[in-house]
Order: sequence, then structure tokens, then C-alpha cells
Amino acid sequence: MTTTTTTVTAPPVSLLERLRVPGGFVLGAVLLLGVAPVALSDFRLSLLAKYLCYAIVAIGVSLAWGRGGLMVLGQGVFFGLGGYAMAMHLKLTDAAATGETLPDFMQLYGTGDALPWWWKPFANPAFALAMTVLLPMAVAAVLGFFVFQRRVKGAYFAILSQALAAALAIWLIGQQATTGGTNGLTDIQGFFGYSLDDPVNQRMVYFVIAAVLLLLMALARQLFVSRYGELLIAVRDSEERVRFLGYNPANVKLVAYVVAAGMAGLAGALFVPAVGIISPALIGIVPSIGFVIGAAVGGRASLVGAVLGAIAVAWAQSTLSDAFPAAWTYLQGLLFVVAVGFLPGGLASLWAVLRKRRTRTGTPATGETA
Amino acid sequence: MTVILNQSFTGISIGAVLLLIALGLTLTFGQMGVINMAHGEFIMAGAYTTYVLQKSISSAGVSLLVALPVAFLVAGAMGVLLEWLLIRRLYVRPLDTLLVTWGVSLMLQQLARDIFGAPNVQTTAPDLLTGNISLGGGITFANSRLFILGLALLSVLALTVILRFTPLGRRIRAVVQNRDLAEVSGIATGQVDRLTFFIGSGLAGVAGVALTLVGPIGPTMGTNYIVDAFLVVVVGGIGRLKGSVITAFALGVLQSVLEYSTTVSVAKVMVLVAIVAFLQWRPQGLYTLRTRSLA
Repeated sequence: MTTTTTTVTAPPVSLLERLRVPGGFVLGAVLLLGVAPVALSDFRLSLLAKYLCYAIVAIGVSLAWGRGGLMVLGQGVFFGLGGYAMAMHLKLTDAAATGETLPDFMQLYGTGDALPWWWKPFANPAFALAMTVLLPMAVAAVLGFFVFQRRVKGAYFAILSQALAAALAIWLIGQQATTGGTNGLTDIQGFFGYSLDDPVNQRMVYFVIAAVLLLLMALARQLFVSRYGELLIAVRDSEERVRFLGYNPANVKLVAYVVAAGMAGLAGALFVPAVGIISPALIGIVPSIGFVIGAAVGGRASLVGAVLGAIAVAWAQSTLSDAFPAAWTYLQGLLFVVAVGFLPGGLASLWAVLRKRRTRTGTPATGETA
Repeated sequence: MTVILNQSFTGISIGAVLLLIALGLTLTFGQMGVINMAHGEFIMAGAYTTYVLQKSISSAGVSLLVALPVAFLVAGAMGVLLEWLLIRRLYVRPLDTLLVTWGVSLMLQQLARDIFGAPNVQTTAPDLLTGNISLGGGITFANSRLFILGLALLSVLALTVILRFTPLGRRIRAVVQNRDLAEVSGIATGQVDRLTFFIGSGLAGVAGVALTLVGPIGPTMGTNYIVDAFLVVVVGGIGRLKGSVITAFALGVLQSVLEYSTTVSVAKVMVLVAIVAFLQWRPQGLYTLRTRSLA
């Protein structure tokens, strides 16, 4: 009788397989930091910068929704908080550069001479930068704590987070004198002393955004493979069992929600110098669903899929909606229906689904539970 | 005092609109856990039905009365089509229905834009509904609002009768309480789902008819109400009529009283805070269906 050797080591992994993740990362870095700035015109590069901001939001969506099963429909709130925090600082420095104490729109609406008290701290660059991340995280922590602790979940959570996005947008529109109302904070000139009119500085902004994207992807990937990442998936798949094992699922979910909020806030802050505007129309219900849709189309559970999906949908949106506004809306609707309804793993799973079909015809591709 | 009463009446009429919209949602959401974002577009379909009918029927009163059943059928048919084409494939993934129906709602909005044009249109209200009823002491109530209130209460009554006393209602309640057990007891749950969807979507059509009396008709009119209506369903307790009725009026009155003492936008935020606070006390909503499931 031959002795069966039970090896505890993992099955041999080919070199190619082992290099897949770091290799892909390096490839992405080369494409983003090396090829794109050379190959694209200034105009296209600034568009790409905008799409990359959406991709940063998608990293958080992939974490909270793809891994944690939390349908975060209110990412616009956090994107907006980060964006407004950054824009407030930039508006104040713009005003100071021309010797004014009030941003231009406040002079226009004649709210008196005094800056509102809650604008004042944003004159400090360190405070404003910290707020772009901490403010969204704090809001997410408060809402998440109350919601998850009482085991409000699933559809309830999706609707509450969506209502939060609606409420923030409506509130911002209502405060014309101090937030710019429907117009938002527009016409931003400078970025920490650099003029945004200068294409060289626009390129710098692009590099900052691309670097942040790569950094956050690496961070999210580490989180995914960590013990916490496994716990998060466990909570998504069977919250009760995780509870019985002695963990508190509320805390696990809270961390994912708060981290995703911080990423969305940072994306919003970077969006402001890249595009030069932040307004309620960019953060309400419709854009909030848009953040989720990009990730869903690409593949919510796959980090790369979510990021590429967000970029692709944003790109398609801006190129196709200009050329064929009506046809694009139909196509967009159809894309969501097909991608979410029939390909729950997103385009990232297309290859695997096709391969499965070929080898085992007749077995439908099963999606994961929502 | 007069102000408070008038404000409460406004709140009640807001509540009536919310109730009409939430009634259909609480059926489809409660029955199947489906979050139908296209519900807002069924409202729009009902409103445009009223508009089309008024073009062919000269009397505003007659066209409004005809529009009620026709809008119910039109929106109901759209609901059945949606259920049959898409939603029945998604019962295992209820959260994804939100995104899928959002895609559908984008397409329906564009369809309305292509057919009726992007600008809002308007219907003329029948003479009977244009005036106000004065209750003395400066308290007035718009006739159109009164009509909507009546319509909402009538819908609740009809729905209650259907759910309580008809065989269909018994089957619907059985499926809500325990789908698997209903299935093995010989109830064709697929058929029940489709009928529930028909009624729920049809009620959205009726809500659309009502909304033509208080505002313009446009491709995005449904989106304005959909989130508020979902909040009513969540706070009221999923699938519970009584909860939806109480919550709709409570939120309407709260909203309008807060609006009076602050501003529209601050009131919105405060209502949301109130809802989150309320869910601390009753996480499953005002009225919960007792089930043995752990989820």
C-alpha cells in the first residue's frame, strides 16, 4: 500500500499566476502614469482625470457592496461632502488672492460682509484637506452606527442611504447664500497656489488623482485578502452565522461603510480641481445610483472590474450622450438591465461565464446573492 | 391656531399623495421584496394617460373619471409586463431589482420624452375641483386636495376589502407570510405575484391621475416622489397597509409643520433624522409581520 502524503502546502501555483496581481498593478501604473499622459491631449487627459475620480468611488463601492453586500446608494453624499470641503477652501483662497474676504457668489447674493462661521475653518488648508475625508467618514459612522446596530438592513439600508443623498442635495439647493444653491461652487481658479488654467498644472492634478487611485486600489486589495476581508464576505453571505460565531456584524459592516465613505470623499475632493465645479446635481439621487451602476456593470465583487466599469460607463456617458442624447439614454437603461439582471458578476465575470457555458452547457451561470 | 390648522391640512394632503403612491409600493415591496424604481414612471404613465384622454374628451370632469380606470389598466399592464420580462427572474436577488428597474425607469422617461416632448404639459381640472371649501375662521381646503384625499382613502378601502375578503387576497397574504408553504399548499405563487404587481402598478397609475390635479406632467415627475414614498413603506412596515396609512399622514403633517417653522430643505433633513431615530425604536417599521425567519 502506498502511503498517501497529505501535503499542507497549497497546490503549485504557476509563476504567471503568482505574478498576476502585482503584474496587473504595475501594468495599470504604467498605463496611467506613463502612457496616458503621453498619448492623450490635455483635454482628453482632464476628462480621464474626471473618470478616475469616479473610479475611486467605485473602489469603495466594491468594498462595501461587492464584498460586504451593503447597497450603498448614497455615495453622492460623501462625494459631495469631500467635494464641498475642498471647493470651500479653494474658493476662499481664490477670494484671498484677489484681496476679497468673501467668495464671489456670496458677494453676488449679498449676504452681508461676514463669512458664515462654518466657512471660516476651511481657510486653513490642513483643516480643509482633513475634512474632505473625515467629514464623510464621520457622517457615515453616525448613520451606519444607528442603522447597523439596530439591524436595519437590505432594502431598508439602501433606501435610507438614498434618502440621505436626496436630503443633502435638497439642503444644499436651499442654502443659496452660503452654498451657491443649485449652481454649486463654480469657477474655481487655483489649487493650492497653482493656477488651474495652466495645462501643466492640470496634468499635475491628473497625476495626483492617478496616484491616489493606484494607492487606494492597493490598499483595498490588502483589505480584501486580510482576515477582515474574509469576515466581510462572511457577513454578506450569512450574517446570522457570523453573529453566532461571536462577532458583531454591525461593526464589520460599519468599517466597510466608513472606509467607502472616506474614499468617496477623497474622490469628491480630487474631482473639484479636475473639473472646477461641485454642485448638488453631481451628488443627488441620480449620480448616487450612477456610482453604483458603474461598479455593477464592471463587476462589483472584482476590484479591477468595478474600477474599469466606472471608467467605462463615465466615458460612454460623456462621449455618447453628446452625440446621441436620446439613443444613449435607452442604451444606458438597457446596459443596466442586462448587466445587473443577467450578468450579476458584471463584465468582469463574462469570461468565466462564457468558459463555464462552453464546458458545461445547460448549467446557467448562477450569480451571488445580493 | 388658524395657521397650524391650515398647515396640518396641507400636511394631510401631502400625506394623501404619498399614501396613494406608497399603497402600490407596499404591495410590490411587501409581497416580493422587490424595490421597483420604475413605480415613479408608472405614476407618470397614469398622468400622461389623463393628458391624452383629456385631448379627446372635451369635458374635464368626464375625462378625469374615465382616466381613473384607464390609467389603472395602463399602469397595471406595464407592471405585469415588467414583472414578466424582468422581475420574476430576480426574486432571489431582491436588492438588484432596484438597479434593474432603475434602468427601466431611465428608458421609460426617455420614451415619454420622445412621445410627448421634454417640456411639462398640463391638464385642466374640472370646475368642481378648482375652488376651495371654506371651513370658517380663515381655514380653507382646496377641492382638488379633498378629491385626492377621498381617492386615497377609497383606494385603501378597496385594497383592504380585496386583501381581507377575497380569495385573491387570501392567496396574497399567504404568499407574503410564507412563500414556500403557500407554494406547497397549491397556490400558484407566480400567478399571485403577477396579479399583485398588476394591482400595485395600477395604483401608481391612479396616483398619476391624482397628481395631474396638483402639478405639471413631465417625464421626470415620478422621480420626485419615489424616495419619499419608499420612506413611507419602510417606516410603516413592509407590506402593512395600516402602517402605510398612518405613516403617510404622519410624515406629511410633520413635513408641512416643519416647513412652516423652518424651510423646505431643512424640513426634509429633519424628517430624515426623525425617520432614522424612529427606526432605532422600531427597526422593522411601525407594524411588523411576525415571521419565524431570522433575517
